[in-house]
Amino acid sequence: MPAESLRFDAVTKRFGDTLAVDTVSLAIAKGSFVALVGASGSGKSTLLQTINRLIEPSEGRVLLDGADVATGPAPALRRRIGYVFQGIGLFPHMTVAENIAIGPRIAGAPVADVDALLDLVALPRDVATRMPDALSGGQRQRVAIARALAPGAKLLLLDEAFGALDPVTRDTLGGEIRALHDRLGLTTILVTHDMAEALLLADRVLVMQAGRIVADATPGELLNGGGGEAAQALVAVPRHQAERLREIARERAA
Amino acid sequence: MNAFLDALGRVPPLLAQHVLLSAAALALGIAISLPLAILAARRRRAGSVVLGFASLVQTIPSLALLALFYPLLLWLSALVGGGIPALGFLPSLIALTLYALLPIIRNGVAGLTGIDPAVRQAAKAVGMTPAQTLRLVEAPLVAPVLIAGIRTAAVWTIGAATLSTTVGQPSLGDMIFAGLQTQNWTLVLAGCFAAAGLALATDALIGLVERGIAHRRRPLWLGACIALAAGLLLATAPLWHRGGGARVVTIGAKNFSEQYILARLIGDRLSHAGYTVRYRDGLGSAVIYGALSGGDVDVYVEYAGTLWTGPMRRKDVPDPKAMVAAIGRWTRDTSGVRLIGPLGFENAYAFAMRGDDAQRRGIASLSDLVGAAPGLKLGSDLEFLERPEWAAVRRAYPLRFAATTPYAPTFMYRALASGEADVISAFSSDGRIAADRLTVLTDPRHAIPSYDALLLVAPARAKDATFAAALTPLVGRIPVAAMREANYQVDRDSGKRTPEQAADWLARRLGL
Repeated sequence: MPAESLRFDAVTKRFGDTLAVDTVSLAIAKGSFVALVGASGSGKSTLLQTINRLIEPSEGRVLLDGADVATGPAPALRRRIGYVFQGIGLFPHMTVAENIAIGPRIAGAPVADVDALLDLVALPRDVATRMPDALSGGQRQRVAIARALAPGAKLLLLDEAFGALDPVTRDTLGGEIRALHDRLGLTTILVTHDMAEALLLADRVLVMQAGRIVADATPGELLNGGGGEAAQALVAVPRHQAERLREIARERAA
Repeated sequence: MNAFLDALGRVPPLLAQHVLLSAAALALGIAISLPLAILAARRRRAGSVVLGFASLVQTIPSLALLALFYPLLLWLSALVGGGIPALGFLPSLIALTLYALLPIIRNGVAGLTGIDPAVRQAAKAVGMTPAQTLRLVEAPLVAPVLIAGIRTAAVWTIGAATLSTTVGQPSLGDMIFAGLQTQNWTLVLAGCFAAAGLALATDALIGLVERGIAHRRRPLWLGACIALAAGLLLATAPLWHRGGGARVVTIGAKNFSEQYILARLIGDRLSHAGYTVRYRDGLGSAVIYGALSGGDVDVYVEYAGTLWTGPMRRKDVPDPKAMVAAIGRWTRDTSGVRLIGPLGFENAYAFAMRGDDAQRRGIASLSDLVGAAPGLKLGSDLEFLERPEWAAVRRAYPLRFAATTPYAPTFMYRALASGEADVISAFSSDGRIAADRLTVLTDPRHAIPSYDALLLVAPARAKDATFAAALTPLVGRIPVAAMREANYQVDRDSGKRTPEQAADWLARRLGL
């Protein structure tokens, strides 16, 4: 059993009368790639953001490497955690290099090796001097990933990070993230509404519904019909699509 | 063209004051606006209060805003036991600062609330503290919009600073107001030209800063900032070497030709006596005596009745000699102001009508006017209808005019000539009374006090023997006929002279 990286301890989050996260308790092992899947409004992003305290839980606590994340200042915590989200949020007035190097800069850490980080996310080194608005959507998201990894983060949170990308870019980037995860020994949590993405990338898939974890299984178990009803309803979509594609291919060939 | 160049010669010292005031107000405005803009962008309720207040200030006419600070500061000064100047730089600075707030706050708030939420989220997520977010993300993103607001505020402030003349702060408005009063359009034009030039240059330079920051062109915005700083230093240069110290004297003048002429006459004598002379023109009747007793002005010419009915609050009308003596005691006892003496002529309020009109209607006195008044229109100067003299006249003569309209003095005579007014509150030393063949109505009930012109000196100069020696020869020396002619040289429509020329003429005429 590998060491535990993260533990949710009866985490609850209410927005007014709405219960976004409902007493979630969960442990995530160091080095694992976990996908958090669910429909919009299931509470998956909210749960993710309690890790780096972009959202503070109403009740319960989150432990990172055994320590409550709520102790100490939030900025210091966030500098240790890579966070990439759908909105990307590159600083429009900074060059790509300045964007990537911002984490170490604000932490007063040694200057980031921008070239190495660009290599890591498969971007040519000459984009370093460009402004974010001169990049494509996929390139921007790569810069955002490089920025998230720059402070040497070992925990990477991907909050619908590929949501706004075209399918080809999305697929490529997903594969590259998985490779990075393995190479750097990261612990990665991917929030997505796309079960296919979760099955292809993750070691462990959590399904959320109405603020609760309703399924917790490996991709293999899910594809073999495990994980329960809610999970199977989500797995049915890509499976059905794959079958349809196979049928169409067979018909055309015939 | 030569006259225009002459008029431009008056620009540098006024420009220096104008620039200093505008720059100080703008700097203070920015210092106050920035935290308010941040507060307003962060807290919606506080934001609507802040923006509401700034908008409210903006709806007050700038002239009124300036005027409001005079009584307010007087009251405040009285509250803390004196020491707060109610005239000049301070009220102008406060009013202009308040005026500069709105565009800066509004643009700052618009810039801050316009930042992409994803950028804010990213700033938080990479671990920026609120201070780092402000410095590294919000400030650079808001800068172009904010500077556009500062640019607007700068242009407004420079424009509104011309009005500070009216509260005794020298500015380019001195030329505009003096020119307007004496119908010296060259002077008005030169003042406008200088103020507009200053506004345009500032606008262009701040525009370059804005462009440079928006396009991340450091040499551009840095260069423009250096040019702004250099311009500020250069324009205010006349203020840095204020030689003479105690030998610098300020001569005050109200806002009409006679005052400008007498100020120059006094100024010439003082500069011959070795003083460095500065002028503060266009001060209102209500503020000028305060400026003298407070030491902002060293000497000016006041009229007996104005003090009598104004600050002294007297309602009786004694013999002119007794009145002058009583005024001399009152100024000495209440504020230490020294009365050098009467100049020898009177400039009283005098009701005047077109000569032919008065003859046709058989009106020669205010008593005759009572019956005819309901069919006539009264034109007055800007302050007369609010003055105690008007109240006194109405107590003595129940006058009810069909209409009463206040005019700037020069336009009042035009209104009478063109028939827009039938009776005006003229001034007895005005050259236009004879030139326009006006009939001055007599005052059989002695409702209007005497208005002997008096030479008053500030408390600090009261014991300066050289100062008094330079002025004493003027006492009792100026007959009303000479004053009228000098006034007319400035006021007439053709062959106008400047107050300086008229003062020279008057000095020669009097053999001074």
